[in-house]
Parts: sequence; C-alpha cells; structure tokens
Amino acid sequence: MSRSIDIKLRVNGENVSATVPARLNLVDFLREELCLTGSHVGCEHGVCGACTLTVDGDTVRGCLMLAAQANGKEITTIEGLADSGQSTALQAAFTKRNALQCGFCTPGMLASALGYVNAGGAADRDAIRQHISGNYCRCTGYQSIVDAICDVIEETRT
Amino acid sequence: MSVAKPLPHDAAKLHVTGAARYVDDIPTPRGTLHLAFGQSEIAHGEIQSIDLTEVRRSSGVTAVLTADDLPFDNDVSPSAHDEPLLAEGSVHYVGQPIFLVIATSHLLARKAARLAKIEYLEKPSLLSIDDALAANSRFEEGPRIYQKGNATNAIKQADHTIEGVIEMGAQEHFYLEGQAALALPQEGSDMVVHSSTQHPTEIQHKVAEALGVPMNAVRVEVRRMGGGFGGKESQGNALAVACAVSARATGQPCKMRYDRDDDMIITGKRHDFRIKYKAGFDAHGRVSGVDFIQYARCGWAQDLSLPVADRAMLHSDNAYLLENARIESHRLKTNTQSATAYRGFGGPQGMLGIERVMDHVAHALGMDPLAVRRANYYADLPAENAGASGGSLTGKMKSQTTPYGMEVTDFILHEMTGALAKAADYETRRLAIAKWNAQNPILKKGIALTPVKFGISFTLTHLNQAGALVHVYSDGSVHLNHGGTEMGQGLFLKVAQVAATRFGIDVSAVKITATDTGKVPNTSATAASSGSDLNGMAVKAACDTIRARLIDFLVGHFGVAQEAIVFDNDEVRIGDKALAFADVAKLAYENRISLSATGFYKTPKVAWDRIKGEGRPFFYFSYGASVSEVVIDTLTGENRILRTDILHDAGASLNPALDIGQVEGAYVQGAGWLTMEELVWDDKGTLRTHAPSTYKIPACSDRPDIFNVSLWDRSNPEETIYRSKAVGEPPFMHGISALMALSDAIASCGESYPSLDAPATPERVLKTVERVKHGI
Repeated sequence: MSRSIDIKLRVNGENVSATVPARLNLVDFLREELCLTGSHVGCEHGVCGACTLTVDGDTVRGCLMLAAQANGKEITTIEGLADSGQSTALQAAFTKRNALQCGFCTPGMLASALGYVNAGGAADRDAIRQHISGNYCRCTGYQSIVDAICDVIEETRT
Repeated sequence: MSVAKPLPHDAAKLHVTGAARYVDDIPTPRGTLHLAFGQSEIAHGEIQSIDLTEVRRSSGVTAVLTADDLPFDNDVSPSAHDEPLLAEGSVHYVGQPIFLVIATSHLLARKAARLAKIEYLEKPSLLSIDDALAANSRFEEGPRIYQKGNATNAIKQADHTIEGVIEMGAQEHFYLEGQAALALPQEGSDMVVHSSTQHPTEIQHKVAEALGVPMNAVRVEVRRMGGGFGGKESQGNALAVACAVSARATGQPCKMRYDRDDDMIITGKRHDFRIKYKAGFDAHGRVSGVDFIQYARCGWAQDLSLPVADRAMLHSDNAYLLENARIESHRLKTNTQSATAYRGFGGPQGMLGIERVMDHVAHALGMDPLAVRRANYYADLPAENAGASGGSLTGKMKSQTTPYGMEVTDFILHEMTGALAKAADYETRRLAIAKWNAQNPILKKGIALTPVKFGISFTLTHLNQAGALVHVYSDGSVHLNHGGTEMGQGLFLKVAQVAATRFGIDVSAVKITATDTGKVPNTSATAASSGSDLNGMAVKAACDTIRARLIDFLVGHFGVAQEAIVFDNDEVRIGDKALAFADVAKLAYENRISLSATGFYKTPKVAWDRIKGEGRPFFYFSYGASVSEVVIDTLTGENRILRTDILHDAGASLNPALDIGQVEGAYVQGAGWLTMEELVWDDKGTLRTHAPSTYKIPACSDRPDIFNVSLWDRSNPEETIYRSKAVGEPPFMHGISALMALSDAIASCGESYPSLDAPATPERVLKTVERVKHGI
C-alpha cells in the first residue's frame, strides 16, 4: 500500500519525473506536487467532472486515474490548454456568453468541450448537451455553456 | 455609464485559464497540517468511551483533539449556541463531529479518523416529521401562527372546499467546491483565516470565541467560493474554527476541506416540509379562506431554522390576495443534519404550498389553473403609481395586504403574466396538449404557468446594513472593497459597475478585492438576495463621499460652479475644460485631498415583529412567472422538461447578462429540487445519498430542450441601487412550474387529483399515475 513508483511523463509540454505513492490520484499529483491547481476536485469518484483533463489527447477524469498510470503519457491541464492556445476560442466564447459563474466547473467543462470540438462534433445542441452531461455545473443552468460551444463550432467552420 | 451593461464576469479570464484561486488552491506555507473529523456513527446517544489509540498511532498524525482539548468556546452555531464543534458527551446525528485529527496530509487525516473505537449508549432517534411530532420535539415553545381575517369561518361558509397535504423533500446544495478553510497563525495571538464562506464576519466571530481572543485578533478573507447557495452561510463555521484551534494548538498553519461524502453527511441541507392545507372558494376559483399547517424538519440544532420557517410562512400567500388566511408553523427537532439556509430560505416551500392549493382548486372546478391563479392575484400597481410596497397608496388603488399585514403596492404580475402567456403561446399549447394527450395512451404531456412574488430584505431587520471601503490612488486607479462575498453570482462586478459609474470611469480601472473583515467590519452574510442592493448602495455612498471632496476641491481650484463638474468617459469635465480622471486624482492628492472613504447603507422602511407576524419585513417584492411543458411516460414514470419560458423582474438590471445567468441557473436548480434531487435516510438515520453517484443534480441533458428567458426590465419603484432588484433567490421558485406541469400531465390519466409530492422522481410519478388511473 505504501509502495512508491517512479514515473516519467510530460505535463503541459514539460518533462516531469517523480516518485509517487502507488495510490496517488493523478489530479492530486497535479495539484499537490506540481501546483497545477486549475484542475479542481469536486466529488473524487468520477461523477462531477470538475477534474477533467486531457491524457494523450483523450478526455479523462483526473480523479479516476492514478499518477502511476500516467507514466509515459502526455498530460494537458487547463493551464496547458491556455498556454498553448488550444482553448483560445473556447475561452473567449465562455467569457462572452457568460458560460461560467462560480467557475469551479469551468476547467473541466472546457476540457470536455474541447474534446467535442476537436473530434469534429457538430453545432447540434442535443449532441453537445449529451457530450457535456458528464460535467456538472450548479450555477448556470447550462444554457450559456451550450451557446458558447455552438459559437466556437460555427465560427471555426464557416 | 457602466451600470446596465451586460459585461462578462470579472473573473472569467481567470476561470477559463485555471488561474482563479479557491481556498484549496492557495499556496500554503511549509508545514501546513491537514484536518479531518471523526464522526458519530449513530443518530442519537451518549458516548460511553472514546479510544483514540489507533488514531494517534496512524501514519502522519500529529495530534488528535476532543472537546476536552478546547480551552475556550466549543460552539459553531450561528444562532442558539447549541452546536458544539466537537461533541460533548452526547451525539445527535450520524456524521456529527466527535474528534479532530490533525495530520500531515488530507488523506492521512481522513484515514486516521476511521480508526477510533467509540462505545455509545444508543437512544431512540427521531428521524421523521412524524417521529418529532409524536415526541413533541421542536424548537420554540410551540407553533408560530400568523393570521388575517378568519380562515376557519371563511372555509366553512365557502361554496366549495378542498383539503390535502403536500410533502416536499430536502435538497443538497452541491456547491461544486466543497467546504474549505485555511488558518494561518500570526505573531502574538492573531489568526488569519481563509474560508469558503458567505459570512466572513461570523467566521471571525466564531473563531475569536474559540480562541478566546477579541474579534480584532482575527482577520478573515474570502476571495471567492465555488458556489454557495446558502450552504456556506453557517456551514463553514466548523471548518474555520477547527483550523483555527488546530493552528493555535500546533503553532502551524492548518487546512481543512471536506471530501464530498463528508460534506454531504456532515452539513445541513434545505428543510424538507410537509404542508397540510384547507381552502374554501367560489365557482370562479376565487379563494375566500385558506388554512396552512407547515411542518419543517429542522434537524438537531437550531442553526437558521427559525427565520427559514418564518420565511416559509411569509411566502404562503405568494402572488395571491388572501382575505382570510391562517398559517401555523412547526419547527421540528430531529436527529438528522441541522437543516440550514438554501436559496429561497423557506420561501420556496411556503410558496409551493399555495401553488398546490391553486392547482387543486382548479382541478376541483375543472378550470385552467392559470385562470384560478389570475382570479386570486393581488391587483397590479396602477401605471401612474410611483409608490412601492409598504408605501402610501394612490386614491385609485384599494388597500391590499399580505397575511402579515404588509401593503402590496408594487404588484405587476397581471401584466407580466399576460406578456409571458402571449410570448409562450400558453393558450394554444394548452389546447394542443389536451388534444395530444387524447391521442396518446402512453406518453402524456402537461403544461403550467406559475408566478413568483418574493420578499426582499433580511427578516431579521438589523441585518439590513452594509459597509464599503473605496480608495482612489494618485494614478486614478480605484481599489474597491465591501462586505459582500463572491460565489459566482457576479456581485463583485455589479458593485464595481456602480463604482465605475459614480466616477465616470471604465470598470477596468476598478480593482475588485477579496472580502476582508479587516477592511469592512460587522457585515451581514451575502444572503437573502441582498448582496447588490446592500453593498451596491454602500459602495455608492463611499464613492460619493470622495466625489463630493473632489467637486469641492475643483470648484475652489478652478473657480467653477458645482454644476459645471461632470464625471464621464474617464474624464472630469470642469466647465469647458476636461481633465483625465487620473490627472484629477493626482491633482487632488497634491492638494492634500483625502481620496479614501468608507460608505454605509441601511435599508429604509423595514420594521417587523416576527412573534406577532405583523409589519413590513420586506423593502419590496421581486416578481416573475414561468411556463414549463413536460412529458411523462405513464409506464415508467420517466419524464422530461420539453420547454420553459421565463419572464423575470430584475428591476432596471445592473447587468442583464449576469441576471439572465442567475435566472437560468436558478430555474434548473429549482426544477432539480422538485423533480430529481432525492435525499434518502435509512431507518438508522444514515444519509444514504451522500455523493453524486447516488444523489442526482440536473446535468446538461436534463435541462429543457427549449429554454427562453427574458428580463422584465422596468425600474424598481423603491429607491434601490440604480432602481435594480435583487435576483439571487426569486427565480429559484420558477422550478415550481415544472412540478405543476408534471401534475397536469398526470391529471390527464384519470379523474382524481394527482396530489403529486416532491421530488417527482420517476418512481413517484409512476406511483401517482397508478393512483390517478385507479381513481384513488
């Protein structure tokens, strides 16, 4: 149980080496060891979506993956998405549409939205709603979030 | 003018880049320790013995505290001093904190907290409303009763009567960011606390008592919360006090955050209610008398239950003029979490009672429920009437009072309802639904339009005050502080818009700063929807003090008349001359003009006697109406909201984008309360739904397919900040239209009245469909 594991991974484009407890969650590793506090901890069992981030291009729950499992992988958190410019259009649309209030769900919501946009998702409100149904927001009622994602898809494809 | 612009949330840029800091994101000093509570495993009993040997031995544990280790006040109650931080001898609910583990990490603290061996002498527990009633277990000596006219006689003499009962469940706040606090010991005996709280002053007060120091030795800072909804009005006290006493005991910084399960098990929720009703009415649906008995399940400690139950009583008229009304309210003490503030603060429960009555009356008469509602509305404010509720009436308007004797003179729901019914095509859709239901045996649709009238002000009158602190620096930049807290609602931006408007500068020149008890003291909770009303006015007062000093100075310096000075467009126009605001600030500084001021505001006109149930508890009312259309599957109970249209009164909105966001979010949360969010306790008093895996809040796919929200953008007749209205809580109650639409859909399955309880989960919808089908 107390066993530690050596891992090497890339986080937001930088090489990281660490020795981590075998049972450490990826999101706890990112928040506590790397001080990347943009990934939030909401429920810690994979339901609320606040810790959603990108692993090798896939959208993943940071609380359902162990840091040890991230060995050899490329992790991108909200900080990395912002720095690299990958999420610029979504950031602008979320801001313009007021698609956030308390903001706690926003990093995870953006990661899920980016997954949808990058996979070539259509500006179809039903499909968007289904796609982001794994990310809870308690403030907005989701209307503005769907609007923002639609905006981005329509702007980039016209 | 910065006010009235739909500016995006001030922290949006930080949120979309992950840079916004919540309590758990604040970089902590080396050696910060982490806390977890050891909790009661039984609902009621005496603690016979506590063996903490294994807890103390557990890896990473620095210290373990029990009630005996607390040298000063062991209390985290916001009201009656009946809520020990750590249990003293007896326990009163499953989850009650008994001891406090201090360890080197969050996980190690939690792990160790499970290793205690506690022996209890178990006592019978009171879990339900019926249990508490049978044992006469309650807060206050007996029920509170408010009345107007003679309801009993009116019901007796009425042509028609109904009676019934509605049960409505509790609700978990499910703020996405769980409760959290961080205490940093300072030199001497001072303490700095960062807390995710709506009420920094109360945190300061409770921490000071727990440390045995005056309030001036404690400073509390709150930059933002990841959602509050009332759940952080009093429920953060325990964590902040735990951190402070641990930091004092160890001399090291201490942090505590509840894991989601702990959060749901330990903290209070919305009060669940049972409301019994009787009503008498005529053939047109006009209600002549109504009698309510409200039972509120308050949990083990008083917390805010008395004002919550009061507010339920104060909203049992909702939008309806009741000439004869009697409201009896029982505040029941049970061995469950101490129910607490939650958006609406009892108002939604009280309002649902009368909305059920209107729906039931309509069913009894075979009328459209909307026609019954409109027949019972208060009269609209005459167009030329500039007065407001509680104010003087014009000759044209007949006196109309609430059951607690407050004049209603700002009513606008006839006009709003007409506008909404037209925009949402209510009549046509209602006919189409009837036709559709006649043709479809399995799926049934329903529609309902329900109104909201919500009273604005704290009912505890002295809380209606606020302070602000504004500095203008010599470069013209502005530092803004006030007593309100930001939980996502956009309060900070609205108030910054006020400050920018007073100085005629762009809002980007106003620095919004964290709420800080060292800057503005003695504040009220950011609650009761009052944030912008109170703090906006306090900030305006502070800005106007500085403005007046600047004007005085400029008049003397430039030899112009006062009227010749205008603050606009980042400039100050002084007669035919114009200076940049920054240049004016510099000039004023060089001429030794003070550029810092405090501001203070207290709401006028409110006066209220909660025991008699008489007076004017509210400065004004906020209004709104919504139409929901739903479909149910009569074989499974599964249901969907198909379309919702809302027209909401935000007065002259300070920021329409923020206000529409509040309305949309509130509706979804309100509909969640009444349709899918179900808290289940087992027969031992253990909350079985303590995480999102078992407790379902609305997801994106649960919101209406079509969702149209508009603001009724008309000035508040009362002198509020730029004539805006409070918007946090009132739209929550638009969710009632979803429940009433479900009731309408079920009613199409048979002759009998559905009497649908909440939450109307598929299971409950199915049971009700079966009952109506069989005419029971």
